Amino acid sequence: MIALNIQKELQSTDGKMLLNLNLRINKGQLVTLYGPSGVGKTSTLRMLSGLLKPGEGVITVNDTTWFSTDKDINLKPQLRKIGYVFQDYALFPHMSVLQNLEFALHKNQKSNIITELLTIMELDQLKGRKPDTLSGGQKQRVALARALVQKPEILLLDEPLSALDSTIRLKLQDYILKVHKKYSLTTILISHDIGEIYKLSDWVFVLKDGLLIQEGTPSEVFISKKVSGKFKFTGEIISIEKEDVVFIVRVLIFSEIVKVIAQESEIQNLGPGDKVIIASKAFNPIILKLE
Amino acid sequence: MNWEPLILTFKLALVTTVLLLIIAIPLCYWLAYSKSRIKPIIETLVSMPLVLPPTVLGFYFLVAFSPNNALGDWLNGTLGIKLLFSFPGLVIASIFYSLPFMVHPIQSGLYSISPSLKEAAYVMGKSKFSTLIRVLLPNIKSSLLTGIVLSFAHTIGEFGVVLMIGGNIPGETKVASIAIYDEVEALNYSAANSYSLVLFAITFCILLMVYLINGGYLKKSRK
Repeated sequence: MIALNIQKELQSTDGKMLLNLNLRINKGQLVTLYGPSGVGKTSTLRMLSGLLKPGEGVITVNDTTWFSTDKDINLKPQLRKIGYVFQDYALFPHMSVLQNLEFALHKNQKSNIITELLTIMELDQLKGRKPDTLSGGQKQRVALARALVQKPEILLLDEPLSALDSTIRLKLQDYILKVHKKYSLTTILISHDIGEIYKLSDWVFVLKDGLLIQEGTPSEVFISKKVSGKFKFTGEIISIEKEDVVFIVRVLIFSEIVKVIAQESEIQNLGPGDKVIIASKAFNPIILKLE
Repeated sequence: MNWEPLILTFKLALVTTVLLLIIAIPLCYWLAYSKSRIKPIIETLVSMPLVLPPTVLGFYFLVAFSPNNALGDWLNGTLGIKLLFSFPGLVIASIFYSLPFMVHPIQSGLYSISPSLKEAAYVMGKSKFSTLIRVLLPNIKSSLLTGIVLSFAHTIGEFGVVLMIGGNIPGETKVASIAIYDEVEALNYSAANSYSLVLFAITFCILLMVYLINGGYLKKSRK
């Protein structure tokens, strides 16, 4: 379990801001930090990884103290065993994909993890390439693979998918889920994308002006009226295809892709990536028990 | 033509450049990443040789290294090192004189690297030293090359400092620029011309090489 109770004065665009957070993250969870830019989400990850020193407070991970102002403990980032995927990927430009992964190895660590990661992330074809010849999505996969070479218990993802287009983003979300489960990681994600948060995370922390203002499961946080009689979901359009006289709209709702039939007039202002509400009137949903 | 002054010039430039590189890398690392309050003062001192007449620098070295002075006396008496009118003295003076030419490119090279590269290496458990050697320096190759070449070329072109503390001892302190001055004073223009021509040609070639390499003109395929 990660327990984080920290204060830190940050310089934001509108002057000084006090970041004051008390978070608890259970082992094995995938949690999201959600909130507008400049509320201290990245700073929180940096403090957890030891790259930024908190002003005051305590950080403990699995009963080990990583930081404590009272006990004067500040574990170096080198010793924290964290996988960190930076917003700008931070791939080493002078090394090939394979060399980037090899660089991350511990002393005396066997290199079979690299073969495994190259396969999982489907990077085998690209292993000889230099980062500047890769596309954004490919770079992101390399960065994710590299962060996992040391078999960390904690994975930090700083807006990993914000710069990618929606199709690639969906694919990468699958990779993140896959490695999160396979390596039993505790993952902290920064994201602005509600669809992405729904799909990936177990728990959401909503930050505003340096404070935690709300936490809960994605549906608790993002659906205002929790119990409604309506058959209504929010989703994201994946694709729109014409078929005979109607249009097939594929919408991602949670982690399911749903096909909806629409008339030409309905899809006039819609395009892939748009957030939509799928609702139904005068219609009785059937409930079936899952085995 | 007597080649000795030219050989001495290149020996001085080579020794100075190697020592400068060793000194400048840790200094630049500190300048690039330190938040110390004395940093602006150190930056100013490093840049002083750019604007100060070389004779001023030479004059203070002359005073400092003089056996009449505490430092010079101690060096001479205790350690038996004589820095005035000697090759080691020239090397030390040249290091100060060419310091900004080595420090500025490397420092701006380090500034240009995204801090996340360094941080990524740290969270992978790499030490600061290993990060410097394996991540930072390989990414500022062109800055290193620029620093090395500019310091080398600048040391070749040194005159005022050498004149003040080196004098004109053949094989010891008589570098090419001094030899040219000497020949001109003796109205021996053709000898002065041959030294000058060699220096001109060599410095042209060195600088051309830097622009070719850093401009990527030598790479076979530019993508």
